Amino acid sequence: MGKIIKVSGPVVIAEGLGNARMYDVVKVGEKELLGEIIELRKDKATIQVYEETSGMGPEEPVLPTGQPLSVELAPGLMGAIYDGIQRPLNVISSIAGDYMTRGISADAVDRKKEWNFQPKLKKGARVTQGDILGVVKETELVEHRVMVPVGLEGEVIDIYEGLAKVEDVIAKIKTKDGPKEVTMLQRWPVRIPRPSKEKLHPEIPMITGQRILDTFFPIAKGGTACVPGPFGSGKTVVQHQLSKWSDTDIIVFIGCGERGNEMAEVLLEFPELKDPRSGLPLMDRTILVANTSNMPFAAREASVYTGITLAEYYRDMGYNVSLMADSTSRWAEALREISGRLEEMPGEEGYPAYLSSRAAMFYERAGRVITLGSEKREGSLTVIGAVSPPGGDFSEPVTQATLRITKVFWALDAPLAYRRHFPAIHWLLSYSLYLDDVENWWRSNVGDDWRSMRDAAMELLQKESELEEIVRLVGVESLSSKDRLLLETTKSIREDFLYQNAYHEIDTYSSAKKQYALLKLILNFHGLAMKALDDGIQLKDILALPIRGDIVKARFVPEDEFKIAFGKIEDGMKVQFTRLGD
Amino acid sequence: MLKDYLTISEITGPLMFVEGVEGVKYDELAEIETPTGEIRRGKVLEIASDKALLQVFEGTSGIDVSTSRVRFLGRGIELSVSLDITGRIFDGFGDPIDGGPKIVPEDRIDINGNPINPYSRNYPLDFIQTGISAIDGMNPLIRGQKLPLFSGAGLPHADIGAQIARQAKLIREEEEFAVIFAAMGITFEEANYFISDFRRTGAIEKAVLFMNLADDPVIERIATPRIALTAAEYLAFEHDMHILVIMTDMTNYCEALREISAARKEIPGRRGYPGYMYTDLATIYERAGRIKGKKGSITQIPILSMPEDDITHPIPDLTGYITEGQIFLSRELHRKGIYPPIDVLPSLSRLKDKGIGEGKTREDHAGVLNQLYAAYARGKEVRELAIILGEAALTDVDKNFLDFAETFERKFISQGKNEDRSIGKTLDIGWELMAALPEAELKRVRPEHIEKYMRKAYST
Repeated sequence: MGKIIKVSGPVVIAEGLGNARMYDVVKVGEKELLGEIIELRKDKATIQVYEETSGMGPEEPVLPTGQPLSVELAPGLMGAIYDGIQRPLNVISSIAGDYMTRGISADAVDRKKEWNFQPKLKKGARVTQGDILGVVKETELVEHRVMVPVGLEGEVIDIYEGLAKVEDVIAKIKTKDGPKEVTMLQRWPVRIPRPSKEKLHPEIPMITGQRILDTFFPIAKGGTACVPGPFGSGKTVVQHQLSKWSDTDIIVFIGCGERGNEMAEVLLEFPELKDPRSGLPLMDRTILVANTSNMPFAAREASVYTGITLAEYYRDMGYNVSLMADSTSRWAEALREISGRLEEMPGEEGYPAYLSSRAAMFYERAGRVITLGSEKREGSLTVIGAVSPPGGDFSEPVTQATLRITKVFWALDAPLAYRRHFPAIHWLLSYSLYLDDVENWWRSNVGDDWRSMRDAAMELLQKESELEEIVRLVGVESLSSKDRLLLETTKSIREDFLYQNAYHEIDTYSSAKKQYALLKLILNFHGLAMKALDDGIQLKDILALPIRGDIVKARFVPEDEFKIAFGKIEDGMKVQFTRLGD
Repeated sequence: MLKDYLTISEITGPLMFVEGVEGVKYDELAEIETPTGEIRRGKVLEIASDKALLQVFEGTSGIDVSTSRVRFLGRGIELSVSLDITGRIFDGFGDPIDGGPKIVPEDRIDINGNPINPYSRNYPLDFIQTGISAIDGMNPLIRGQKLPLFSGAGLPHADIGAQIARQAKLIREEEEFAVIFAAMGITFEEANYFISDFRRTGAIEKAVLFMNLADDPVIERIATPRIALTAAEYLAFEHDMHILVIMTDMTNYCEALREISAARKEIPGRRGYPGYMYTDLATIYERAGRIKGKKGSITQIPILSMPEDDITHPIPDLTGYITEGQIFLSRELHRKGIYPPIDVLPSLSRLKDKGIGEGKTREDHAGVLNQLYAAYARGKEVRELAIILGEAALTDVDKNFLDFAETFERKFISQGKNEDRSIGKTLDIGWELMAALPEAELKRVRPEHIEKYMRKAYST
């Protein structure tokens, strides 16, 4: 047992911890607050404590646990609401009341609840790490697959069936070091990525049903994206839409250093949200990690790792998981505060020099993988991180460090939101580096010319911004009819395609096929109109064509009708243009 | 028996080291007795073996290393609370300065508080009527919200603060707010203005005032907002009261924070403010809110003056990231003689959507808000255009909007310092102004509301 020699805020120095290792968890002081060793100098250990250290002083005991900071992995995670070090907030509130008082511990998953364990293997089967021993119905939406723990290999000598608590032995495995008991409850250190067999290239898009994202700035399953969230840009709605509609199985949402009331809104609203495909509560496939700005910042630093480890665990079961972290700027600030207390030499704006490498390590845990186990399961973990640049200045270190590593940038833009264009994602500032990777998927599942259409539409939008400059200077009358047509087309792209009403029952989600067909309508009209102009037809006559009204309404056509309806519009378009020519 | 230490080894700025101490805890409160017998208070910032670093609240002048005594009290800073604190005036440390009796404590509460469990929070939903159109109509304040006033030197934020304190009420329940007022480094005159205003209107009966004035110890300011919020939590969550906390001026608080940070030779962040300022401010602002199953609530209006009116300065910037919006005071409007000079365009209330509309304020509130906002934004654009091109070059519609911007400022924004407008009245003024615009331009209000409310405005 060691003892404290120095206390300075959440940083405590202790001596006499013997063979403590870096990142081991220790219990600090008489209240036994959880802390983590972040620096070792001879026998002096610097500890970052996850709770307020008021009232703590030298000579108090420090107990090593010999374990690194770990999360508990077992059925019962789904629907849970945790703080940054996986303490269930609802349980804490029932133990300790409305405030987060210190030194409370609570089991992350319920020890008493019984689950119906259904084995997938028989006695005598040879198993290796990651093999599925059996399954448990965790919620209506999630089948929890209990895996052979990492590092275990051998023969199943006993396997259980029926009701079991998480700590009950559900299988015995004969390994070369003797028989080992396996429970549903397993642990994993949060700072170490969970292993997989092989990392695959992310080439399947995560379909979100949001047209601007899927068609223009797609993210691949297993990819990474960065979203800046300036004041009032509708970030929350975008996050909700992604949670609701993305074609991933599991959602992990990390509220990292954000407002208490905002977190309260998430906590009150998520349970109300319905999974649109099954009609069941979205919480059945969601885990929330909430560490508000006034909760201890050391736990905030840990919260992103807690969240991503939980996400990796479900990825290893073979699920597609998406993780949203809001906001990673607050995580970086926690890193800066700890670094400051350690009196480290600061890098840019006081952030530690290792900021970008830590950020990179975090985002690198995303990916599409072949999981451990003999059956070659495929799983993916997509990470979407929000940043909050101070003063809206994108040149600040956290945003820059994030942009260097993430491959998609969805530029939420406050001016667009003021103009009531939603989702307020700016088409000229955003980018995606997955376009080439996902092109094949679109080609074989949706349409051959997806990429060329998307690029053509982007080019038009780019051209529009140039023309707008001219219009501002000399007025719209000075433009040629072709340029004026172009402005009409881009208006249509913006208002009939990019604009999407999250609250409209049909418009809220567009399948990939519908997105493709809708963009095709708009571009076909543009092509026919250009040709008509060449044939000497007046622009005003083209703009007066009634078919344009049908294009405006096209996004409200239900999924099961759009093929026929769009075909009709397509035909009508041709007829009306031919008539113009006569 | 508390032990007296005569072992002060070093004094720099507001900090001092005491050596050879035993059993001292982090964040513990200490008393320092100067050679003249005066008692000062300090807080342990760091304790390493037998060496304690103390931050002295009342300043270190007059303390010497050889004869001054230090006693550690074995507890953190606590506030004595009871229901008798209402109607009283305290200094920045919670001691009465109004000549009244000492508070007989019902409880003593550590001023640092504990973070509210996010799971236990209840979402703010109820509209607070401040009687100020620019706030109620355009950026409504919601019970449990923290909505700062971003001001600048020479702007009338004190008047607005006092007016809100006087007029704030919930419209659905006939309940009034008790006001807790925390002054940090403001001048005697400003403080006096608040006190006499509270006295004049009788608001002082239900108010609690904590005063740290400009000539009071700088470091005391670190404790003042926490003391005020501890009192607020006690009244709100133990005694079911609705509390409005006004804190002015947060800029002075942040400067005190910077002073300590500099004295500790910490690595500075932006503009010399410490890197932990975000977290520090969060521990203050996040004490606003509602709790499930509790009747009371804490609503905060922090006032801060932006150095050089610069909204990207670290103080307003970090504040804006924690609070739920901001009310922005404009020098331009102030120069035009408009009171309150609230510029509604950069102002924002993030919680407004849930607190307005049918059953809360009035069904047309959201529409009116959006329409007025859009029309005023357009009017301001036209105004700029008119400066370049001259008014003669404007189209008729543009002229319409130009006039609208002017009357909006004169009639809607502008009101008397004692004028308490109901939300209905505020919205009616909005309709009256909209009536001057072409009806085809009113795209954000529902046609049936135009029928119902604008006709009414016409007929009156």
